[in-house]
Amino acid sequence: MESTSGRFENNARAALSDPTLQTALAKLADGFPARRLEAAGRMPEFEALRDAATEIKEHVLDHLDVYLETFERQVVANGGEIHWCRDAEEARQAILEICRAAGARTVTKSKTMIGEEIAINEHLERHGIRPVETDLGEYIIQLRREPPSHLIAPAIHLSLAQVAETFRASHKELPRERALNEPDALLAEARAKLRPDFLAADVGITGANMLIAETGGNVLVTNEGNADLTHTLPRVHIVIASIEKIVPTLEDASVIVRVLARSATGQDVTVYTSFCSGPRRPGDLDGPDEYHVILLDNGRAKLLGGEFRDMLRCIRCGACLNHCPVYRAVGGHAYGWVYSGPMGAVLMPALIGMHEARHLPNASTLCGRCESVCPMRIPLPRMLRAWRERLHRAGRGSLFARLGLSAWASVASRPGLYHAIMAPLIRALGNLAGPGRRFRRLPFLGAWTSARDFPAPEGETFMSLWAEAERKRKPYADLRARSARP
Amino acid sequence: MSRASRQAMLADIRNACTPRRGGAGTAAVEARLAARAPGPVPARARIAREGQIALFIAEAERVQASVARVKHVRDVPGAVAGYLARHNIEPRLKCAPDPFLRSIPWAQHPVLSVAEGKGEGDDPVGVTGAFAAVAETGTLVLVSGAASPTTLALVPPVHVAVVPTGRLLGTYEESWAALRARSPRPGKEFVMPRSVNWITGPSRTADIEQTLLLGAHGPQRLFIVLVDEENA
Ligand code: SF4
Repeated sequence: MESTSGRFENNARAALSDPTLQTALAKLADGFPARRLEAAGRMPEFEALRDAATEIKEHVLDHLDVYLETFERQVVANGGEIHWCRDAEEARQAILEICRAAGARTVTKSKTMIGEEIAINEHLERHGIRPVETDLGEYIIQLRREPPSHLIAPAIHLSLAQVAETFRASHKELPRERALNEPDALLAEARAKLRPDFLAADVGITGANMLIAETGGNVLVTNEGNADLTHTLPRVHIVIASIEKIVPTLEDASVIVRVLARSATGQDVTVYTSFCSGPRRPGDLDGPDEYHVILLDNGRAKLLGGEFRDMLRCIRCGACLNHCPVYRAVGGHAYGWVYSGPMGAVLMPALIGMHEARHLPNASTLCGRCESVCPMRIPLPRMLRAWRERLHRAGRGSLFARLGLSAWASVASRPGLYHAIMAPLIRALGNLAGPGRRFRRLPFLGAWTSARDFPAPEGETFMSLWAEAERKRKPYADLRARSARP
Repeated sequence: MSRASRQAMLADIRNACTPRRGGAGTAAVEARLAARAPGPVPARARIAREGQIALFIAEAERVQASVARVKHVRDVPGAVAGYLARHNIEPRLKCAPDPFLRSIPWAQHPVLSVAEGKGEGDDPVGVTGAFAAVAETGTLVLVSGAASPTTLALVPPVHVAVVPTGRLLGTYEESWAALRARSPRPGKEFVMPRSVNWITGPSRTADIEQTLLLGAHGPQRLFIVLVDEENA
């Protein structure tokens, strides 16, 4: 998918003036955080589980090479196959080859963010293979040819009326005048449309919420059951996963399952949590004949040794999106590529390039809510700041901002000079402010004041007030005198 | 392609990992895999037997499953026939070829028609056992195998699970321990079945304006029959 991250400012402006999107986002902001809080409240061990989940991933990241080799051995022992892919191109090619060898015409898919990352649908279509998204939200946006706008609720930006319109435009064989004004009717129609595809598909492609080294299998969590139909009905199951998805054991997977749904939707656990481990065993009545794992790096090994390493703990729960004031104002599409919200703003500069994603680390108030709800305790604000520093060093900000910042830095690192300049300036600003004690506009700060008022300073600086009080009390002089006494 | 990529990827990863951990790291990994240490396990499920049964029922009902508890295996057909009649569902059962399900005297209820196999086509009701039931979240643990096809719990619009209360466990970890203990040849390494499915309530979606709807692609209804005396 083409990125529009470079046009974030325009995207955001458009999103802010889209009333349908704003209604959807308001609903999201009401729903998910409250449900997360309730679920966490029902689980007294929740904070301990977050610590344990974080520790598991930290341990894995320190031993990732060993775990990947262990995982590979187990996959092969189960009768499956691993395809190591350095980048999106290699992954697309490996998937296409498997599909061709299977003589595939229809491929069912269960929601996978890595699939979005490598744009697998477009690739399959270009080669005459029909990919069918089966998660309801993904199905809707596939019909609309849109990217997902949220990690776990890909069609969150759409209204019921828009979905109905999409179904009418796409399901042309159905009577034009049918009633589609209830969510049930839309679900029934999608279910009926997708059932034959589930049965006809030659290959099923899923993502993986985790890969388990101990068993050589993958974990899938869904509420609809579409992932299970996708990995059980077709002859071939392809799992697409990035390298950091590994956990050591079933016990470790259980720890992460316990924080995943609670953080994501506020459920204790999703309806379906499935542990698939290879092709069908002798005697099995169902299940695929082939099991393939596409193991994708796509820039992750590079993150492993650097300051963005913590991002590799992410389990894509979406909590940081749900709690982010910026995401809640502009939605996912404004971010311009596959990921969004705080996790997207940290990840995307690494995946699509710092220049293309340059606006995203700045699209944050650094309020810290993301880090406070992240089940994997990922220091998102610290990493957003790290990107800002890199962008600044690379000379990516505006010339005015850069000159201003270096001037500020040279003054602020010399306390004497700083106070000599700031004290009269602040006094003057305090005197200039009108009765509301706020400035509507300030010279050089037009971009800032166009959407905000600047509060007027109170007249005296903290440092001068402190010095004044010191002069009156002289506490240090007293202290020194007392301690000098024998 | 894959072989060269494999070497390159592993080399990159190893280069990033080695300075942090020092050494090859294999011993730490082996120790961790052998220990299979559980994380923090919810206290709410570590309670006495009857409490666990009550917790299982409450948790399953919280997520819109229906639960009936009967004393004897001979009470199961009546419970199932009653449930299907109440909800106006065709009493045509597709059962897993499972010895325990075969011990149920379905024929006592002549309205029930019973066939065995995997879930497919227009089967209205899939009937399965369960390897375990986990009280913690009201979760059924289904394990694929010759006697338990995965599709029965997924394809038909109604899923009926008949579970002896003896299979009820407190937590996920207990179900893993039970599964490992089942390993066919003692002393042999544990091998996972093709698919282990945790099922917690009937299928659902909230993808249209965040409205909760039951019965997305999986079953719209889940009916769990707990049986106190497995061999009575
Ligand atoms: S960064 Fe944390 S909160 Fe955000 S999606 Fe990843 S795990 Fe969830």
